[in-house]
Amino acid sequence: MGVWGVFCSRSCPAGCNIWPRLTVRVSGPDLRESVPYPLEFFTSKPTISSHQTAAKIFINNEWHDSVSGKVFSTYNPATGEKICDVQEADKADVDKAVQAARLAFSLGSVWRKMDASERGRLLLKLANLVERDSAYLATLESLDTGKPFLSSFFVDLQGTIKTFRYFAGWADKIHGSTIPTDGEYFTLTRHEPIGVCGQIVPWNFPLVMTAWKLGPALSCGNTVVLKPAEQTPLTCLYIGALIKEAGFPPGVVNILPGYGPTAGAAIASHMGIDKVAFTGSTEVGKLIQEAAGKSNLKRVTLELGGKNPNIIFADADFELAVEQAHQGVFFNSGQCCTAGSRIFAEEPIYEEFVRRSVERAQRRTVGNPFDPTTEQGPQVSAEQQSRVLELIQSGITEGAKLECGGNAPPSKGFFVEPTVFSDVQDHMRIAKEEIFGPVQQIMKFKTIEEVIERANNTEYGLAAAVFTTDLNKAMNVSAALQAGTVWINCYNALSCQCPFGGFKMSGNGRELGEIGLKEYTEVKTITMKMSGKKS
Amino acid sequence: MPGPPSLQIHRSASRSKPCKYCRTINSHSLPPAPDMKTQPISNYLLQIFINNEWHTSIKGKKFPTINPATGVKICDVEEADKADVDEAVRAARAAGQRGSEWRQMDASSRGRLLHRLADLLERERAVLATLESMDTGKPFLHAFFVDLDGSIKTLRYYAGWTDKIHGKTMPVDENFVCFTKHEPVGVCGAIIPWNFPLLMFMWKIAPALACGNTVVIKPAEQTPLTALHTGALIKEAGFPPGVVNIVPGFGPTAGAAIGSHMNIDKVAFTGSTEVGQLIKAAAAKSNLKRVTLELGGKNPCIVFADSDLQSAVEETQKGAFFNQGQACTAASRVYVEEAVYDEFLRLSVERAKNIAIGDPLEPRTSHGPQINQHQFDKILELVASGKKEGATLECGGCAVEDRGLFIHPTIFSDVKDHMRIAKEEIFGPVQCIMKFKTQEEVIDRANGTQYGLTAAVFTRDIHRAMSVSAALEAGTVWVNCYNALHAQAPFGGYKMSGNGRELGEYALAEYTEVKAITLKLSERLTL
Repeated sequence: MGVWGVFCSRSCPAGCNIWPRLTVRVSGPDLRESVPYPLEFFTSKPTISSHQTAAKIFINNEWHDSVSGKVFSTYNPATGEKICDVQEADKADVDKAVQAARLAFSLGSVWRKMDASERGRLLLKLANLVERDSAYLATLESLDTGKPFLSSFFVDLQGTIKTFRYFAGWADKIHGSTIPTDGEYFTLTRHEPIGVCGQIVPWNFPLVMTAWKLGPALSCGNTVVLKPAEQTPLTCLYIGALIKEAGFPPGVVNILPGYGPTAGAAIASHMGIDKVAFTGSTEVGKLIQEAAGKSNLKRVTLELGGKNPNIIFADADFELAVEQAHQGVFFNSGQCCTAGSRIFAEEPIYEEFVRRSVERAQRRTVGNPFDPTTEQGPQVSAEQQSRVLELIQSGITEGAKLECGGNAPPSKGFFVEPTVFSDVQDHMRIAKEEIFGPVQQIMKFKTIEEVIERANNTEYGLAAAVFTTDLNKAMNVSAALQAGTVWINCYNALSCQCPFGGFKMSGNGRELGEIGLKEYTEVKTITMKMSGKKS
Repeated sequence: MPGPPSLQIHRSASRSKPCKYCRTINSHSLPPAPDMKTQPISNYLLQIFINNEWHTSIKGKKFPTINPATGVKICDVEEADKADVDEAVRAARAAGQRGSEWRQMDASSRGRLLHRLADLLERERAVLATLESMDTGKPFLHAFFVDLDGSIKTLRYYAGWTDKIHGKTMPVDENFVCFTKHEPVGVCGAIIPWNFPLLMFMWKIAPALACGNTVVIKPAEQTPLTALHTGALIKEAGFPPGVVNIVPGFGPTAGAAIGSHMNIDKVAFTGSTEVGQLIKAAAAKSNLKRVTLELGGKNPCIVFADSDLQSAVEETQKGAFFNQGQACTAASRVYVEEAVYDEFLRLSVERAKNIAIGDPLEPRTSHGPQINQHQFDKILELVASGKKEGATLECGGCAVEDRGLFIHPTIFSDVKDHMRIAKEEIFGPVQCIMKFKTQEEVIDRANGTQYGLTAAVFTRDIHRAMSVSAALEAGTVWVNCYNALHAQAPFGGYKMSGNGRELGEYALAEYTEVKAITLKLSERLTL
């Protein structure tokens, strides 16, 4: 273990000269041999050397100051320190971006005339650029979100790259069909881009969510106005630089860092935006859909909250179930819409399951995201931290048994201890509300019918899991669960090839997979009158 | 003609970066003229490629490959025979067995490998185009812009498919759960022709590999060089050993061994209808291997009086003479509506006389030699039959003096449907122009053939375009264009032009076995 290294210092790869120059000084154990990637660095104490310039708004492949002249700051949640300022987009900036996106989408534009396969090539190039800069992006992601660097590098970056590659392949495979209509007609369908897509992404997986949004939208030939979360705008803006470097025409992707009630609201109610995709809370999702209805009936896809049940049967592989259930709820400090926050363990194994889960939670290492042994970083903000602590308090008040954790460790960062509750009742707030923090609720069940009913008894329906070695149970429970994704003997097994989205109030529509393309295309039916008919 | 070609290729030619948007050839987009004077191709590129290694033939035989533009031997290549095919099949079986690296690879990683191979083809583009031009006699620029472009795009297209080959779940009756998996077929034999050696190589291996198969491929004995060069690139890209095996050799020996091999699960053949029938019979007699065939054509082009005549003349003529007429898609029967027949003929002849014949490596050349003496003789024999049977020879009809295998672009008018030149696949630069009066008549005449590969219709009338394209018995119909082939669009023949389809999503079906998995549950699923 030696102190070594200064890691990457980069400015905008496209040479636009406005990218805040982050130099992160690192010291810590040399992990070059244990990490299966030629990492030039590892860090336990990142510091920012200079940030005189605020990161800017990306419109028309150019970098802009905000129209209002306002800036906001983005913070490192592990230390509470400011990273840098960012130009704050508001309605006027959204208008500018929409104008650019509309122009880029206009009939006869470079983008509209581009071969579909060439769109695929651009997306592939973008994937390669993200791969090239993945160490830097992972660092930036960890700095801005507080998530452990290794998670950023191996989960977020890989997910981002794979998503771009996957949708690159679809670009020239979005097939319409020809239809044997009755009468003397011939019909064919074209799957055309919708137009300008507004996209609003959350702070828990800033890069991956950016890729989930941009990948299918660009693959289908749309143009985009994208707002990253105000907590975590940096990696998304960096993608802007890569978009330009990859060679996307100006205006195809526009990135507007800003706040929900201003920039976000402007996107949702904009008359020049044809579709809006939102990932975030159910509460805001409702506002978005309402704004879409009140404005121009823009198409809406929503990927919202979850209170995801994880059902552990007595016949399950116990070790696997304990570990997967643990990861399922604590991953990303519990800040996942997929967090498996309601664990139903079958009566015979309940005690043991609780005991082992508590043991595992107590072993969970919380700390500096840049320490490679860290499993859990801070919550994203002071606000989220206090919300989580407040819900933990309610659990205690309502009579659940606090098995471990429950506090914020003394730190300038926004940390919360891994927390486990047993004896949780379905009516308690911690069993009903999305906590978005490292809090595991463990409930007891007796029969299949009972647990299915309890698992489904929620307004949410995003994900669910079942752990059993019994084929019949696995298939029957997975069929009965009201959730867009059901995992059997695994958790958070997301891949860009598989559709993802929510039943009920967890969302509208699906992202990823072939079905994700549907949300970014309008189907045009072209019917031709034929003289005579031939089969 | 220049002196004997040396087996040397200027490596740095591959650094050229032509504009990828260029559709037309102009001075800005010309790749540097290949300099044939530097380092030689290493000998290993002339051997049999099995298990990512280079082998000499078991029998110790070699065969020469000839530059058809000069008649001079380019080099000798190790000749694969049955024993070598056996070796290749063994390697392919091992590479595709359960638990192998290839079978355990993520589908998306297969896509990455195909993309990498496409990148390598791009890097070697000028070298491969030069080799292709030397080995086939096709103009270098055609090789560079058509064959290489098509090859690279085909690889990229299928690279994207690898992780999108979806099975389904079916709502079966009672308490069952049923889903399908589309699994690789296994070892795929492929036998490809000499007219588009590299492009056909990619049409075969790209979908096969995208679906997770392993391949034993035999390039044509006339044109093995680009295939073997690609072997080196396949290894460099990182495909596991045995996934692709290349066995240069002859049809009756290596080809027949593939067609009747008990351990090959599928064979894909592109070539003549005659050999296609042998392949299918061999498949049936051996192990009922799956068969896809892409065979000959005698493709009709129908030019209506209301068409853009100039464009129709150009497209049909390119269709007839492209690649010296050595294309299964060759537009060898042109039916022109009576009212514009004379004008069409006049323009066609005028145009044919201006075709630049010459050294394929010269950038101005658009017409090279036929592939070999056998083909050359066959074409001239058919030309003679046309004259004898009473067709009017409008231009060409003979070899270029003192130029070996070059034949002048040839046009016959007043061709009748019963003449041999109107019925047999000529595979040479011979355009037969016929007259027609009514739509019904021309559809019947166009379909009056055992072939059904491609067809074209030229008209401005939307009704006519739709109803004629619906009536034509052909796997591909072009409206107001010709030879508009794309990796995304399926290609293959009706009737005796073939079985199955290549390219597009459709080709994936030819390289997968569908497995239906049905689970019985103790009770009905809740719906």
